[in-house]
Amino acid sequence: MNVLVVGLNHKVADVDVREKLAFNGPKLEEGLKRFRDVPEVLEAVILSTCNRVELYANVKDTHKASENIKSFLSEFHGLNRSSLDSGLYIYEGVAGARHIFRVASSLDSMVVGEPQILGQLKAAFELALNKKTTGILLNKLMKKAISVAKRVRTETRIAENAVSISFAAVELAKKIFTDLSKRIFMLLGAGEMAELAAKHLISSGVNEVLVSNRTYDRACDLAQEFNGKPVKFEEFLNEMFRADIVICSTGAPSYIVSKSQMQKVMKERKQRQVFIIDISVPRNIDPEINDLDNVYLYNVDDLQGVVDANVFERKKEAEKAEGIIDEELETFLKWQTTLDSVPTIVSLREKAEEIKKEELEKLFHKMPGLGEKEAEAIKYMATALMNKLIHPPTAALKEDSEDKDILVATIRKLYGIDGKKE
Amino acid sequence: MGSLPFELAFVFYFAATIVSFTELFKESKATSRIMLLLTGAGFLIHTVSIIYRYVAAGHIPITNTHEATSFFAWCIVLIFFLLQLRYGVNLLSSFIMPCVFALMLLSSILPSDIKPLSPILQSHWLGVHTVFAFLSNAAFALAFGIGLMYLVQEHYVKSKHLGGLFERLPSLQTLDDINYRLISWGFPLLTLAMITGALWAQSALGSYWNWDPRETISLVTWLIYAIILHTRLVAGWRGKRAAILSILAFIIILAAFFGIKMFRIGYHVFR
Repeated sequence: MNVLVVGLNHKVADVDVREKLAFNGPKLEEGLKRFRDVPEVLEAVILSTCNRVELYANVKDTHKASENIKSFLSEFHGLNRSSLDSGLYIYEGVAGARHIFRVASSLDSMVVGEPQILGQLKAAFELALNKKTTGILLNKLMKKAISVAKRVRTETRIAENAVSISFAAVELAKKIFTDLSKRIFMLLGAGEMAELAAKHLISSGVNEVLVSNRTYDRACDLAQEFNGKPVKFEEFLNEMFRADIVICSTGAPSYIVSKSQMQKVMKERKQRQVFIIDISVPRNIDPEINDLDNVYLYNVDDLQGVVDANVFERKKEAEKAEGIIDEELETFLKWQTTLDSVPTIVSLREKAEEIKKEELEKLFHKMPGLGEKEAEAIKYMATALMNKLIHPPTAALKEDSEDKDILVATIRKLYGIDGKKE
Repeated sequence: MGSLPFELAFVFYFAATIVSFTELFKESKATSRIMLLLTGAGFLIHTVSIIYRYVAAGHIPITNTHEATSFFAWCIVLIFFLLQLRYGVNLLSSFIMPCVFALMLLSSILPSDIKPLSPILQSHWLGVHTVFAFLSNAAFALAFGIGLMYLVQEHYVKSKHLGGLFERLPSLQTLDDINYRLISWGFPLLTLAMITGALWAQSALGSYWNWDPRETISLVTWLIYAIILHTRLVAGWRGKRAAILSILAFIIILAAFFGIKMFRIGYHVFR
């Protein structure tokens, strides 16, 4: 019984790779079911967002299981097996649990502290619960991850970072334009950070919102949410001249706006200032357009740089968050070791011995006149009784079975072994 | 005694310049209020000094370099106040007051005695023509200051190093708008100055245009500002380009103004 994480994120894989491995739409349920059926996999959760695809499992043998999971991925997505070998990261046991805690706490996000990942993780867990692909270990682990994330958010100021990046974008916009309420804002694509920044901008009161997305339906949804106008993706360049502020996060593998295209846009808008924020990784807008007059292009790193005036402070907050994760990891590991049968057998016996000893002492105290022979007999009977009572659970624990973790948990609960001593 | 109001105004402007200079390093509402009060007091006293000289000489006091630079400084402060009333541009004084101070300093070291007016200048055109000319140049001086502010702010935003004055300087669009506004005030004033000048030349010298160096330079600056306005409206030359052009144009004006005085050429030289 072991935690296993197999996956990739924005740090190790480009968007075109992530796209190929993504479990989106109906693929997710189907994938989850088949993932659960992979040999050696006992429990399964799939987290698939635009920045990461991660498979969480409880497995018997980590090595065999990770091989099987890779085969499953290449088969399911119709990819070359060898191409997967290099691109994926694999975390086992403690490292796996730590990774999941870090993801949930948004320490592993592109924009550290962005809040949406926790919601996505919750949704992934809920789906797994619905489809009954999880069991005792992942249930505990995912719940723990969610509570760790909440602790990190309330006890550190890490969440302020994402907010401050959107805030920095708004502040910059105010230093470029006189009056935001007369400006037209365009959102290209979607995504955690882009939507957060868009919300900040819109709440500071822009005049009009244009939304474009590769999927027109999504554009319509977002347009409705932001009270704006959807624009077909093929036509966004024709509409771009109207936009004073553009946030771009399309996940396209290459530039969608080149320098010469931007020159044309600038000519159409009579060289009026334009502020473009490119949140995409890889970048979607040719960085060279920042050389054009009256074009101000910022990417996430630039905004981070603006915010980073206080790097030291941020580092401290991240360290604090890692500290919380270490702490919670320890309690989780303590709990996990209790799931092993050997320590359970030992503590079951200890518990029984303890009860026997207590009861015998009480009895001898009440009846001080007992002779040595009688006392021996009583002791013998108590031991026999105890042994007979704990034999069946012990035998069951020693057996090799699929659901041993459930059995262990059940026995610990029935016999009250999970000491409230903690 | 006649020069006392001028000297007092000079002292007030000097104090205002120092205060506005400290504003660059430390923001405070109090200092900008003190700066405005000092400048305002200086301006009132300066006005008194100009009226005093007007009365003493019997004509508008811009007929020697001392008076002309002093009057130019007065026009700049006037437009500065109009601009502050309308837009309240943060830190503008830090960019403009040093210019005012420099002009006043120059004026104070130049001979200030009132001499009889040469016959050619004895005309009711004198007041009209020169006031238009000086006001237009003062508007261009402020466009120069605003242009400098634009370049500083644009440098912060473009280079993505948002240090220093970034927080306190107005937005790029605001600065660009004001720059445009100033030039579109200054340009018609300059045009009026040239028309009245031509009419005056016609009545005094018998010809509208004499290729006097001052006239030539005026024509050149008129063309430059016409180009600035034209390219903005037609080709969208705004922002950085407009700022650079308005800075260059004003440097040409200054060079011409003092160049002509220094080499004493043409009939615009009054000793």
